[in-house]
Amino acid sequence: MSRILRTILKRELQSYFSTAIAYVFILIFLVLSGLFTFYIGSFYERQQADLAPFFTFHPWLYLFLIPAIAMRIWSEERKSGSIELLLTLPIARRHLVLGKFLAAWLFAGIALLLTFPLWLTVNYLGDPDNGVILASYIGSWLMAGGFIAIGSCMSALTKSQVIAFVLCSFVCLLFVMAGFPLVLNAFKGWVPLVVLDTLASLSFLTHFAAVSKGVLSLQDFLFFVSVILVWLGASSIILDIKKGG
Amino acid sequence: MIQVKHLSKAYGDLLVVKDLSFNLVPGEILGFLGPNGAGKSTTMKMLTGFLTPTSGEISIWGHRLPEESLLAQSRIGYLPEGAPCYEEMTPAGFLAFIAEVRGYSGSDATAAVDRAIDTMSLGSVLHQKIETLSKGYKRRVGLAQAILHEPEILILDEPTDGLDPNQKHQVREMIKGLSKEKIVIISTHILEEVTAVCNRVMVLAAGRIVSDSTPADLLAKSSFRDAISLSFQGEQIPNEAVTLLGELNGVKNVMVTADSLVIFPSPGQVNLLADIYESARAHGWQLSSIHVEKGRLDDVFRSLTEGVAA
Repeated sequence: MSRILRTILKRELQSYFSTAIAYVFILIFLVLSGLFTFYIGSFYERQQADLAPFFTFHPWLYLFLIPAIAMRIWSEERKSGSIELLLTLPIARRHLVLGKFLAAWLFAGIALLLTFPLWLTVNYLGDPDNGVILASYIGSWLMAGGFIAIGSCMSALTKSQVIAFVLCSFVCLLFVMAGFPLVLNAFKGWVPLVVLDTLASLSFLTHFAAVSKGVLSLQDFLFFVSVILVWLGASSIILDIKKGG
Repeated sequence: MIQVKHLSKAYGDLLVVKDLSFNLVPGEILGFLGPNGAGKSTTMKMLTGFLTPTSGEISIWGHRLPEESLLAQSRIGYLPEGAPCYEEMTPAGFLAFIAEVRGYSGSDATAAVDRAIDTMSLGSVLHQKIETLSKGYKRRVGLAQAILHEPEILILDEPTDGLDPNQKHQVREMIKGLSKEKIVIISTHILEEVTAVCNRVMVLAAGRIVSDSTPADLLAKSSFRDAISLSFQGEQIPNEAVTLLGELNGVKNVMVTADSLVIFPSPGQVNLLADIYESARAHGWQLSSIHVEKGRLDDVFRSLTEGVAA
């Protein structure tokens, strides 16, 4: 990792922890993932030693929690004017975009790691396949990366964090729901089948379904990595277009 | 060297900077002067690579913008308008971050940060969050960030805005104390700052350069140049003085202000002071002061910028 990238990453990550954002986020994330797993996911009633009820709800949990950390990525800089300082420092755009993304992604990773008591619990209660759990963790983290990259792009569009949050949640919802009849029916009949198939294949839910069962295929891996790269590229382009505005 | 050729910037249909061309060489301290909205900040934003010009060319020490903006930016220290920075950081943390971005590491970084802290007298607030600092300290953190890497070019957008008179003086001394090998551009609407700091003044109005000269030449354009100001004891201006001095040989006209009488000489008139003094003595007027005006910048500023169509 280049030196400058590390510098940006470090500063960004510190900024999460030097305000209340980090602690509030982690607390809410842990409480909600616990609630989902034990109550809605019927963790005990299922009588199975796995974390499927935990991972199944991640797309829905991320839908409003990830925008909350991603919305500040650029909007905050625009609002405070520090974007002018940042963009006039000799830093390549790709390092800036990547550094800020990695910081948010790493932060989401830390929150995810802090759910380890669930893993301990399931290991205490039974004999789960820890390989499956590891794969699911990695898959969930990759999906979080996709959400954050979308958030980075939405945040680059506006200096209002509220607008960034709403836009990000909406676009993420589209991606989560892309494979659902609700979305597909809206397009059925008037777009070519190939477009419809492409749309369906963009669904986070479809790709995550396999992941939450512990199957992290190369295809799903590449899907989330491509989503991240495409949206980061878009962030960079929007920054260039919007910096004058 | 900074070379600017036919620089323009438009937002939609609104042209905010129109066809600016100028060169700057090391040793020049340029003051951008102009009313709000004249295009000072926009020009600075283009010089630092933050904004892309609509048309025209910018070359910073041979590096063309925007193609070689990273090379150009590494030679520039920039204080954006309002001195924005990361408020949740401490000055120590923030300056360490800037030093790292600027390519310093280890003891070099420490030395660069210490030097900037020293120059801007930030020692007492190093470990407080920037959001808790006074406006003056925030501005100094911004300035410290700009000078940290000892840049060849310093671009400061309203560097003394919000500072108290002592801090203003300190910042001006800092700018004047910079090496003669540097280029400094400051924008200001404080007229005295220009004469105190700059050796070149560019007046902008409605996006155009309306004057480009030394502060002294700018002063010389004032209608008050060589005018003689009289003030009287008790601050009452005798009517008789107004009439008599107005009729004096070589006087173009006289103007009564709140506390003084200003006498404008006819062009080419040099010995008016002695005549006026004689007159005052002969009529027994009690003068408290008499002096020849060097010119008034606010007067020049108004005559240059008022009525310039956008």
